[in-house]
Amino acid sequence: MTGQSHRLPQGGLIDRAQTLSFTFDGRALSAHPGDTLASALLANGVHLTGRSFKYHRPRGLYSSGPEEPNALVTLGTSGRTEPNIPATMVEVYDGLVARSQNRWPSLKFDALAVNSLLKPFFPAGFYYKTFMWPRSFWCRLYEPMIRRAAGLGALANEPDPDRYKHAHAHCDILVVGAGPAGLMAAREAALAGARVLLADERPAPGGHLSGETIGIDGKPGAAWAGAVADELAAMENVRLLSRTTVYGRYDGMTFGAVERVGDHRAPDSSSPRQRSWTIHSDQLICAAGAIERPLVFAGNDRPGVMLAAAARSYVNRYGVLPGRNVVVFTNNDDAYRTANDLAGAGARVTLVDSRAEGEVAARALLPAGVEAHYGEYVAGTKGRAHLRGVTLASSGRGIACDLLCVSGGWNPTIHLLSHTGRKPVWDEATASFAMTDPGDGAFAAGGAAATFDLGLTLREGATAGRAAARACGCRLSGKADIPKAGQLPAYGVEALWRVPDAMSKAQGSFVDLQNDVTVADLELAEREGFGHAEHAKRYTTLGMATDQGKLGNVNALGILSELRDMPVAQAGTTTFRPLATPVALGAIAGQARGRDLRPVRHTAMYRWHESHDAVFTQAGLWLRPYYYPREGEDFAAAAAREVHAVRSSVGMVDISTLGKIELKGPDAGAFLDRLYINSISKMKLGRTRYGVMLREDGMVFDDGVVARLGEDHFFITVTTAHAAQVMQHMEFCHQVHWPELDVQFCSVSEAWAAIAVAGPNTRDALARCVTGLDLSNEAFPFLAAGEGRIDGAPVRIFRVSFSGELGYEIFAPAGSGAGVWRAIMEAGEPYGITSFGTEAMTVLRVEKGHVAGPELDGRTTAADLGLGRMMARKKDYIGRAMAEREGLVGAGRQQLIGLKPVGKDGALRMGAHLVNELGAVGPDVSQGRVTSAAYSPTCGHFIALGVLRDGRSRIGERLYAVSPLHEEQVEVTVTQGVFVDAQGERMRV
Amino acid sequence: MRYSLSSILRNAATGHKHWPKQWRQPEPKKAYDIVIVGGGGHGLATAYYLARNHGLTNIAVLEKGYLGNGNIGRNTTIVRSNYLCPENGQFYEHSLKLWEGLSQDLNYNVMLSQRGVLNTFHTPAQRDAAIRRGNAMRLHGVDAVLLNREEVKKLAPAIDCSPGARFPVRGGLLQPRGGSVRHDAVAWGFARGADARGVDIIQNCEVTGIRIESGRVRGVETTRGSIAAKKIAIVVAGRSTLVGNMAGLRLPIESHVLQCFVTEPVKPILDTVVSFGADHFAVVQSDKGGLVFNGSLDGYNSYAQRGNMETLESVAACASSFMPCMSRLRLLRHWGGINDMTMDGSPIITRTPVKGLYFNGGWCYGGFKATPASGWTYAHLIANDEPHEFASGFTLSRFETGLVINENGAGPQPGLH
Ligand SMILES: Cc1cc2nc3c(=O)[nH]c(=O)nc-3n(C[C@H](O)[C@H](O)[C@H](O)COP(=O)(O)OP(=O)(O)OC[C@H]3O[C@@H](n4cnc5c(N)ncnc54)[C@H](O)[C@@H]3O)c2cc1C
Repeated sequence: MTGQSHRLPQGGLIDRAQTLSFTFDGRALSAHPGDTLASALLANGVHLTGRSFKYHRPRGLYSSGPEEPNALVTLGTSGRTEPNIPATMVEVYDGLVARSQNRWPSLKFDALAVNSLLKPFFPAGFYYKTFMWPRSFWCRLYEPMIRRAAGLGALANEPDPDRYKHAHAHCDILVVGAGPAGLMAAREAALAGARVLLADERPAPGGHLSGETIGIDGKPGAAWAGAVADELAAMENVRLLSRTTVYGRYDGMTFGAVERVGDHRAPDSSSPRQRSWTIHSDQLICAAGAIERPLVFAGNDRPGVMLAAAARSYVNRYGVLPGRNVVVFTNNDDAYRTANDLAGAGARVTLVDSRAEGEVAARALLPAGVEAHYGEYVAGTKGRAHLRGVTLASSGRGIACDLLCVSGGWNPTIHLLSHTGRKPVWDEATASFAMTDPGDGAFAAGGAAATFDLGLTLREGATAGRAAARACGCRLSGKADIPKAGQLPAYGVEALWRVPDAMSKAQGSFVDLQNDVTVADLELAEREGFGHAEHAKRYTTLGMATDQGKLGNVNALGILSELRDMPVAQAGTTTFRPLATPVALGAIAGQARGRDLRPVRHTAMYRWHESHDAVFTQAGLWLRPYYYPREGEDFAAAAAREVHAVRSSVGMVDISTLGKIELKGPDAGAFLDRLYINSISKMKLGRTRYGVMLREDGMVFDDGVVARLGEDHFFITVTTAHAAQVMQHMEFCHQVHWPELDVQFCSVSEAWAAIAVAGPNTRDALARCVTGLDLSNEAFPFLAAGEGRIDGAPVRIFRVSFSGELGYEIFAPAGSGAGVWRAIMEAGEPYGITSFGTEAMTVLRVEKGHVAGPELDGRTTAADLGLGRMMARKKDYIGRAMAEREGLVGAGRQQLIGLKPVGKDGALRMGAHLVNELGAVGPDVSQGRVTSAAYSPTCGHFIALGVLRDGRSRIGERLYAVSPLHEEQVEVTVTQGVFVDAQGERMRV
Repeated sequence: MRYSLSSILRNAATGHKHWPKQWRQPEPKKAYDIVIVGGGGHGLATAYYLARNHGLTNIAVLEKGYLGNGNIGRNTTIVRSNYLCPENGQFYEHSLKLWEGLSQDLNYNVMLSQRGVLNTFHTPAQRDAAIRRGNAMRLHGVDAVLLNREEVKKLAPAIDCSPGARFPVRGGLLQPRGGSVRHDAVAWGFARGADARGVDIIQNCEVTGIRIESGRVRGVETTRGSIAAKKIAIVVAGRSTLVGNMAGLRLPIESHVLQCFVTEPVKPILDTVVSFGADHFAVVQSDKGGLVFNGSLDGYNSYAQRGNMETLESVAACASSFMPCMSRLRLLRHWGGINDMTMDGSPIITRTPVKGLYFNGGWCYGGFKATPASGWTYAHLIANDEPHEFASGFTLSRFETGLVINENGAGPQPGLH
């Protein structure tokens, strides 16, 4: 283990008593609790942390926050591999494994660094102008090359073993950021009685105070923050969420946030890794601080160039000296604190200030020994894997150094104030884009409000807290108690978008570090007509890196405004979009991952099916038995046996997935009359009827059974696929079209288990278990509905049949479903009763010519399906008018027909198309298609239903059923669509 | 300036200081033969093909914002012609063929990347529907291949093809010639091409009114003054009904938000465009390395180009389940675009009851891939006052006659297509 060469002997908010070990690119290094990966790397003297996106230039740590553009690492191994994580946000734990990325073979020597030499040929937008010749080379050569070179880290193609959770929080006031402004706001709001949620992405409160020497109320800033946070934690109406990033604001004051519950410890699956929060608030206080702006000059991307406030935070917060010979380059007073703190920690410091000496009040604050240059710029840097020195612009002097701290001023962090569409405006005084009017229910305080004085920040936080509390109805008492803050130098920023001679060295002056966008790229963009901020972004990829332009965008806007000769205020901004900071998709998914993607629906008889070796198939969210193979049976053999059982004796199938709706009320019949094409209100009590509904556009919507259980009482079944939609449709019709109808209805799909029993022996089998209902043909004829008991449970029995056999549908309360199923099984045992799955069901209904899902595909009319005669003429119903349109009744419609192969052994498949001749291609070639096909054990050959242009007049014609996908073609004969018991006698016996 | 190897080398030698503007920024003239309302992909393509195919150049494209601010720059960039309905099949196949030669035709690399479009299926019913569609494609003369589970896994190893998945993959329908295109380049390439042929492209010029006299168009009112025009072509994507209203058109269209999502860039993990058959999720990895995807519509009518959290959560769930390696991939950004949804899910390219006024819109979430063919056929319609054969079905009257082009069978609920 290497020593921590850059760790200061004392200071920082780290626990020196404990030492942690971690690895970076396989090298074992040490750290202390409280370190981030970034501070630990710096402590160990590691500056080179990554390679840039396009030119693969060596890059080092640049910041200390989520805006980090350079030090992106891959964490973890195998399924826990996580690319592109800023080292600045990673808390070190014992055993942490981190790797650099986007380099090959190693970070020190990266072969793709040749890109840097080719830079003259790769300016912004170069790919739009090249790679076109010869045409086929783009796909075969250029693009694969570009794809391999692009990307940052790599994913492991393995499942993520960790868990994620979703949670909802409701509050009156969401305070984002637990720095001085946020803490004050939260305290004032909480004291006024508001329910406050305070979220901060860091492990401890304090915001930038933790990285500063300035105190509050005589305490160090971090200690003051800790005390306020303790006070808040003790209040019942406050919830504190640390390590929690609020990433997005959505309409209706809804916020998305992610809490990193377990990322700071060695992975373990007992608790979730991250928790995804949906926060519903009444008010928002954005106290998210500000992000320092880089300065743009030649060579400003070398490892060893760092934001000024970040540099001092490494000293103050982590006890790490990021450099011993330091140049601070600034256009504002804030960076004087860096000069001060680094000098105090023992570094030799030179200050370069772009402002004229007379304008700088802060110069009095510089400690002795700091050499200062005013009206001066850094014009260039030296070094490769690490900075060795800088050159000053006017004097041309070189200064040897190993750290260059830069400050171009500060940008308020206003993402959450902008996500719902508000645009920031230019604020001349602070040379920044600020949200002067955050809109209803939103407040900004502190750095986020472009306030850079600590005393003002505390006051602003308190004011925002009180105003927000008042806005959500709290009564305020007394005055806010504002603590006393230490004095800071005036800010005094003077905008500097690029050092004056960055133009001549535009190619080496980086504006967006990660995406390698230079001043030259912006110049080119402007020259070619892409000077608008949004165009420049798209043309150069400016601001599209993982930091989303947090560092570079404002400088770019400034530079573009200069190039376009307009005030920056008019140059406009690009749009802030969520996510403010990137979030793992797994976290946003929460529990809904893998097998839990969507709930699984099981019927009441699921366990029985499972223990009887059913092979299941998905039907929406349901799992349904597909077939029940017995020893040695394949799919076809099992289905054939199941079909045979129904045709020869008795079989039963679980149809619980059908939608079921119960209706009551004096107008229930009238209501159903308006929904179904056939008449319902005239049905007799204790009877069922097959019903068909249309959509508004006249196409068939759904079909099912309607049963009249009482004068004002109906029960309907709808298809599994449309269960929810039919219910919605009925609600819509009742609430919007006919609120005057006195009818109540509700979905009872889950309340009833359902079983269809069919076959010549059904009645005898059922007679052995049904009580309280006479099942004889006289007492309970075809289409009768009645009630009885099975296994002690009350059941509804309808005598209907989709197979054409004597059949009954039995509905039992879901809790009794399994018992009823078993009772019928037992009762049928002497007849060899056989459970069958959806495949046999398909075969049976195709044999009988019944339509189902594949025929009701939303493009067929009742007439197309041969159900035209059901359409009542004397009443109006949904879809009737539209069904009479010429396009729905004219010639050329595809009508339902039957199909059988000309040769007995031809196999038909669903999805084959019907064509008159083989080999033709074109829009009119397909005459129709096979909608449902099956091998019919009853007929001894394949049969199918299909739709065919003008099909009903083409019975007897020969066509081809073709499936070019399978290179299949089968000659078929068009038939009537019923293959078994065309007279319909067997179901009436 | 033509883009060529020599022009690039020449410019590299002189520090790229001599590239001209890719299109001019002219002031609007008082009158044009044709005014195209909307400078999105379709508007620009229309202008380009009017000039290229019909020799008409006294044309202005009026764009209310910056060029390409609309859906052309917000979409998921997927191109394909895997349609079921013959009207769509021939139209989108024509479009795909135009895409195949577009970079060369425009002298602008739009980066068509034909790495295939795969739709997975998960149930027997979905398999049958895929076979139906694939066969329809083949009979339309379009490429289509049916894949089994192993073939899906081989093509896209990131997909969870295990039997333990919530919706186990059974196979997929692949259109090998499908793929993606760099969307912004399409707008810019058409703009540059149209401009070079003399078309005026006018940005920051919102059309606020359409002047009609005795049943014939006379011109438009704009935020930059009145402009007279003999013919006016509306092609404003998510604002069709608003602009249509200016001419008294009542359109069978609803406007919905569709969100698009992009992750941080990573090394290649997915070569093909895939769409998850068990839910709403389609994903493509861009050349830059980000995974770009979308889900379903947000579920309500809106003109706000931003989305809600339900959709965000739903797509994240699909992403990290369908491709489990995406669980630890971080989402960078998401945004919304406004889709004009028709009653049958298919577009409209037509004359209108007003003489000289043409309408093109209702592209739902599938209009990006249509861009070249939309421009091609719309230009034909405007130039000849007769529909192009490949777009002759995209009428307004079909909603009266019932001869709708209902691609997915969802019926007259625009939000369901
Ligand atoms: C999230 C999302 C994902 C998508 N993914 C895909 C996909 O993968 N594949 C695919 O094929 N399609 C996709 N689409 C659909 C596709 O983007 C659109 O159908 C298509 O881009 C619309 O045509 P356009 O390019 O002309 O639209 P736009 O670019 O929106 O152009 C319309 C233009 O009209 C302008 N305008 C409006 N009103 C006025 C006025 N009054 N005066 C002047 N100008 C006006 C607008 O500013 C705009 O620039 C997607 C759409 C979205 C939103």
